[in-house]
Amino acid sequence: MATLTLPVEEKKKVQEQEALITGAEAIAIACKLANVDVVTAYPIRPYDTVMQYISQLVADGEMDCEYIAAEGEHSQFEIVKHASVCGARVFCGSSGVGWMYAMEALTVTPALRVPMVAMVGNRALDDPGAFGVEHNDALAVRDLGWLLTWVDSAQEALDTALIAYRVAEDRRMFVPLALSCDGAFLTHSQALVKIPAAEQVKKFLPPYNRGDLLLHPDNVISVAPQANEDWVMEIRRQNYAVTERACDVIREVYADFEKTFGRKYGNPFFEEYLTEDAEVVLLGMGTMSTPVKVAVRKLREEGKKVGFVRLRWFRPFAGPEIAKCLERFKAVGVIDRDFSFGSPNLSGVVATEVRAAMYTGASTRPPVLGFICGLGGREVTVPDVEEITKSVFEAAKGKAQPLTQWIGLRG
Amino acid sequence: MSTTFVEEKPTQELEAFKGVKKVPHEEYYTSGHRTCQGCESAQIMKLMAKAAGPRTIVLGSTGCMYVANTSYYSTPWGVPWMHTQLGSSGSGALGVAAALRAQMRKGTMKDEPINVIAFCGDGGGADMGLGAISATMTHPDYNLLILMYDNESYANTDIQISGTSPYGVNTSFSTPGKVRRIMHHRWKKNVAALMLAGHPTCKYVGTISTSYPLQAMNNIRKALSIGGPTFIHCLNPCPKGWDFDPVLSFQLGELAVETGIWPLYEVENGKLKLYGKTEKIANGKFKRLPVREYLLKQGRFAHFVEEDIEFFQSKVDEMWNKWLVPGIIPLQKDVATE
Repeated sequence: MATLTLPVEEKKKVQEQEALITGAEAIAIACKLANVDVVTAYPIRPYDTVMQYISQLVADGEMDCEYIAAEGEHSQFEIVKHASVCGARVFCGSSGVGWMYAMEALTVTPALRVPMVAMVGNRALDDPGAFGVEHNDALAVRDLGWLLTWVDSAQEALDTALIAYRVAEDRRMFVPLALSCDGAFLTHSQALVKIPAAEQVKKFLPPYNRGDLLLHPDNVISVAPQANEDWVMEIRRQNYAVTERACDVIREVYADFEKTFGRKYGNPFFEEYLTEDAEVVLLGMGTMSTPVKVAVRKLREEGKKVGFVRLRWFRPFAGPEIAKCLERFKAVGVIDRDFSFGSPNLSGVVATEVRAAMYTGASTRPPVLGFICGLGGREVTVPDVEEITKSVFEAAKGKAQPLTQWIGLRG
Repeated sequence: MSTTFVEEKPTQELEAFKGVKKVPHEEYYTSGHRTCQGCESAQIMKLMAKAAGPRTIVLGSTGCMYVANTSYYSTPWGVPWMHTQLGSSGSGALGVAAALRAQMRKGTMKDEPINVIAFCGDGGGADMGLGAISATMTHPDYNLLILMYDNESYANTDIQISGTSPYGVNTSFSTPGKVRRIMHHRWKKNVAALMLAGHPTCKYVGTISTSYPLQAMNNIRKALSIGGPTFIHCLNPCPKGWDFDPVLSFQLGELAVETGIWPLYEVENGKLKLYGKTEKIANGKFKRLPVREYLLKQGRFAHFVEEDIEFFQSKVDEMWNKWLVPGIIPLQKDVATE
C-alpha cells in the first residue's frame, strides 16, 4: 500500500490508526478530529483528564482551538454557550457537583438551541465526597432538553463523540448533548481504540453552520429577549419538537457512521447481549456492562437463560422500541447506578422510566424490578449480578419480589 | 515554537468624537424598550451603542436592561444582541471573543475587528458576576469591554440591596422600621478600583456618568480601541429606585460627582487621570458640595436624620482626605514603616 511509505502525520490523515488509550483520551482525540474551535476547562475529577489531554494536543500543535481554563463550571459552560451562538464548534465537560455548579448554564442551552457537546465523567454528588461513579449528575438535566448518552468503552466514547457533533449540530436538532462516561471505570481505563483518519471524519462531519441564528454584525438579531407568557409556551413546544425528531436523526447518523467508518453499532439506542433465547433480562447503562456480561455468561453455564440490555441513549428515551424489546421476557431487572428519592416505587431513574415506557408501549407487561447498585464508585460485582438475577427469576415464576432493592450494601 | 507570547488582535480605531455636533446621527439602540421616564441606565445603553457603532456584538446580562429593555418582537437593538445570564457578562464576552478569534484564525469567518461589549447591572457585575468578570480581565488575548451600569440596587426585581447600594439606603430589602432606622450598614463596593488594582492585564478601567454624555462615549471608544479586556463603571440615577422626579435624573448625576461621591477617572495603561469636576475637586479648583444636597433630593434617603447625613459626609470626607489616591484607592496615606 502506498500509504505505508507516508510520514506518520500524513498517514493519520488518510489511514485509521490503533492506540492504547483511556476513555477520556479517546474523547480528546475525537475533539481534535472534529476540529473543535473553543474548549473550556475547569478541574474536577474524573472528567478533567480529557482537558489535560486536550491541553497537550494544543501545546503540541496537533489541535487548533481557543483553550480557556475558566474560573468555575458556571463560566466554563457560559463561555462555550456564547461561543457556539457565534458559530464556533465547542467542547466542555464536568463531573458530579461541578456539573451541578454549572446548572444555570445547562438549563438555558436547550432553548437557546446551542449544540454544545459536553463530556460528563459521571461522579457521585457531594456530600460526603466520593470520586467514583454515580449517574445522578448527568441525569439532573434529563427534563431540560439535553440529549444524554452513555458509553461503555473507549472506542464507543470516541465514536459517539463524533456522532454527538453530527446529531447536535443537525439543523433539525440544535440542542446540547452530554456524553456520559463512568468515572474511573471508563475515563481512566485504557483499551485498544481504532482512531479514524482525519479525512474520513471530515467526510462524516460537515462544518457547524449556525445559519440565520448566528450572532454576528452581518446578521443583526436579538437572541432570547424577554418573552413572558406571550411566547414561552410556543418556544418550549419547539424543543419538544426536537425530541420528537431525535430518534430518526440519531438513526440516520449511526447509519452514516457505519457507512463511513465500517463500525457497526446495530440499534443505536440499546445493545442486546444474549437476549435471543433469554427468559429474563437485566438492563443498565454504562460500564456495568462488563461485570454484568461476565455474570450473564457464568449464569448461562449454569443453565440460567438470562440476557442483558445496555441502554445507550437515555434522552431521547426510545420508549416504544425498548418496550417492544422487553415485552418478550418473563421478567426484567433494571440496575440503576443512581437514585431518585421519593419516586414512584422508590426506584431509580432508569427503572421508573422503563416502567413508564412499558405501561404504554408493551402488549404484555412482565414484572420490572428495580435494583440500586454500585453507588459512589462501588463496583457492581459478579455476585451482585447473581443476586439480582436470582430475584428476577423468582419474579418470573410469579413470586412477589420487592419493587426496589439495594444490592451490595455493607452490614 | 510558534506561539509563545500573546497574539494581540487589532481593534477598531475609534477616534474621540470632537464635540457634540460631530457625533453621528445613527442610533443602534432605538425605540422598542420599555424603560422608565428619566432612566439613565437606558441612556448609557444608547450612548454605548452609538459610541461602538455597527460592527459590534452586545451581550446583556439579566437586569433592568434585559427585562424592561428587550422584549420579544420589540427589541431596541440595531446591533446583534444576546441575553446573558445574570452572572455571565464576563464569561459571555470571553466566549464571543474566543469564537471570533478561533474562526477568524481558521479562516471560517471574515477577519475583521469586531467590538465585543457585555453589559451588566450592579447586581450582575458587583455581586453575582464579579468572579467571572475578574477572570475575564486576566485574558490578554481577547478584545472586549465589560460595562457595568450601576443604579445601586436590583432595580428590575423591586429595588433590593446590591453590593453597590449606598450606606443607609431604603430598599425593599432594607426598609426603615420602628426599631431600626438604618437596615443597610455596608459602604458601596469600589468596583472600578477593584478591577484596576487586581488586574494588571487590563489596559483600561474608567468611571463615567450619563450626565457627561460626550465624555462617556469617548471613554467607551477608548476602552474599545485600546485592546484586551477593559472595564467601565457607570453611575445611573434611577427615578423608580431612588425615588425622585424623572426631571432630576441629569442633575443627580452631576451632584453625585460634585459632592465627591462619584469620582470620574480613567486608568489607561496604568496611568491615572481624573477628569471633569473630579479633577477640579482634586486640584482645589472646585469645592465639594455637601452630600445633603444629593441625598435629600431622593426619597430613598428620606428616613435619614441629621446624624446619618453627618456620617455619610464623614465617610466621603475620608475618601478625599485620607485615601492614598483620593476617592479611588482606600489605603491610608500614612504608610507604616515597621
